[in-house]
Amino acid sequence: MDIAVNTSQSRYHVNEKGYYGQFGGAYIPEMLYPNVEELRQQYLQIMSDPGFQQEFEQLLKDYVGRPSPLYFAKRLSEKYKAKIYLKREDLNHTGAHKVNNTIGQILLAKRLGKKRIIAETGAGQHGVATATVCALMDLECIVYMGSVDIQRQAPNVARMKMLGATVVPATSGSKTLKDATNEAIRDWINNPVDTHYIIGSVVGPHPYPDMVARFQSVISEEIKQQLLEKTGSEDPDYVIACVGGGSNAAGAFFHFTDRGNVKLVAVEAAGKGVNSGYSAATSQLGRLGIIHASKTLLMQTDDGQIVEPHSISAGLDYPGVGPLHAHLYETGRAQFLNATDDESLAAAYELSLLEGIIPALESAHALAKLKELPLQPDNVVVVCLSGRGDKDLETYIKHLK
Amino acid sequence: MNRIDQLFRNKPQRILNIYCTAGFPALNDTVSVVEALQQSGADMVELGMPFSDPLADGPVIQDSSTRAIANGMRISVLFDQLKGFRDRVSLPVILMGYMNPVLQFGVENFCKKCAEVGIDGLILPDLPMDEYEHEYKPLFEQYGLHLIFLVTPETSEARIRKIDSLSKGFVYAVSSSSTTGKDKVMADQQVYFARLKAMELKNPVLIGFGIRDRGTFETACTNSNGAIIGSAFVKAIENSTNLQHDIQSFVKGII
Ligand SMILES: Cc1ncc(COP(=O)(O)O)c(C=O)c1O
Repeated sequence: MDIAVNTSQSRYHVNEKGYYGQFGGAYIPEMLYPNVEELRQQYLQIMSDPGFQQEFEQLLKDYVGRPSPLYFAKRLSEKYKAKIYLKREDLNHTGAHKVNNTIGQILLAKRLGKKRIIAETGAGQHGVATATVCALMDLECIVYMGSVDIQRQAPNVARMKMLGATVVPATSGSKTLKDATNEAIRDWINNPVDTHYIIGSVVGPHPYPDMVARFQSVISEEIKQQLLEKTGSEDPDYVIACVGGGSNAAGAFFHFTDRGNVKLVAVEAAGKGVNSGYSAATSQLGRLGIIHASKTLLMQTDDGQIVEPHSISAGLDYPGVGPLHAHLYETGRAQFLNATDDESLAAAYELSLLEGIIPALESAHALAKLKELPLQPDNVVVVCLSGRGDKDLETYIKHLK
Repeated sequence: MNRIDQLFRNKPQRILNIYCTAGFPALNDTVSVVEALQQSGADMVELGMPFSDPLADGPVIQDSSTRAIANGMRISVLFDQLKGFRDRVSLPVILMGYMNPVLQFGVENFCKKCAEVGIDGLILPDLPMDEYEHEYKPLFEQYGLHLIFLVTPETSEARIRKIDSLSKGFVYAVSSSSTTGKDKVMADQQVYFARLKAMELKNPVLIGFGIRDRGTFETACTNSNGAIIGSAFVKAIENSTNLQHDIQSFVKGII
């Protein structure tokens, strides 16, 4: 278990200016400059400190429960006629991959001397993971969450409150993840000295996309070792992950981006259908633009207003995508597919019945695309099961025929 | 000579710069608001190009932006409205807005249109200094547009000097690190303003964010060349049924 801190030569990693190809950068107002610049100057140095690494690894092991299992899904494999492994991020403490990043960032915030933590959340998984580490470290925690998401992810709101966090509803725009992120950024502008903003995905100004990807890279680090033990090779044929902002995918892809024999598959939320007007499939619907201080693919009107996305899954309901993924898309290094609300619901039921695992709606999007890949019987396929479905039970029950 | 430079040459002190979102309160009010401001004695106007996700703005300007977009405001409409406005308006006019709509319009095309209608400067809060310096500076200069940068109480002296050297027109000193429309205590900021004044920058300094009435305007003027009022003005006209009158009495209340 190692955080990747060596600045790599990979063309898929961030360059010294904070860009992946033409995507990335830090389009921040001056009010954010001191905080973002402090992070930029210090993140790699802090992350490569042996004391930091030891504390990070210890917490991932004893508190989060890592390494998360790589589970051979026998019945799913029989159905799709390939060797399908599930990377069980759903078994992490708090129920999703998000905690890998919040553990890392809370340790970083402590070293930067910050007293107050803010975060945005969509599905509430990142909010819960942030509230959790704030309780652990005894730091004040404020989570911004769209008022629509507060409704549809009620169990996570209750968890955050029980963990001592203040949940502030975002009531502007589409009242979802994008708007919660706006409010968190505004909070940071208004609290420039004592506050650290724990962004929950590989989005936002440089260095966030790179920093979050490095904290999440533990996912592919473990997959390599686990596959070596189970199959005799570190490399699978496919890695499949859902993409909202793209942090679980970034973590699952991280150590494979330069291994050309490993096919990377990113699955976005099609909502009611890519061309239905109710979708969040950014790579299909977006154009180059700036969202949350990052130049990336963005769903927008022809005059540059950000479009309100739609997905049944709050965690994928975002009109942008991390700049790393925009680059993976543009270069063709990753294949971008998308799954509709209905396909994802069906995939969630399928996994529940075949394997006894109720996945998060987000992760179900990745599972939904197994049927579309040209799989061969000896193909090794890793699906990143980014989270568990407890938070989505109400939605699942509503759709139970 | 650029109208902003001309203004500071003729009147170096007590500059009143008023911000209003374009296409607000009604779509076609843009130019009437600018004219009324000129008649009332304001020195400069900042027109906001509304954006769906204005990160550096508080609720008042966010709401005015949402309303302006719903009214049908967009950059191309704004340029149509401004066509010929220089026949009636002589004070410097600055466009303020976020980068994304400008990128979609096309930066060069945007600059060209600005020059055509008679815009003097730009405030693009999410355009970083480095990007400007390496990517856009020659273009903005070619079209005679002054790019105005922000500095905050947290900005280091070295960076303020760099910003000053890249800026033209004036430097926009944000009175506290905040989104627009927050009233933080002005007294606490006097140290910062005095520090700015002592730096003897090459550009004039205007203070903005939280200036809302005569008192805050006077305080700002003691350590700078003037001030910028945004949220308080937007609030004053949001339900106006007589723009001319309400703008007149707002400005009278300040100067
Ligand atoms: C379980 C789960 N998976 C995936 C996501 C999407 O985020 P990302 O694309 O950053 O992995 C979320 C976000 O809330 C989530 O909770």
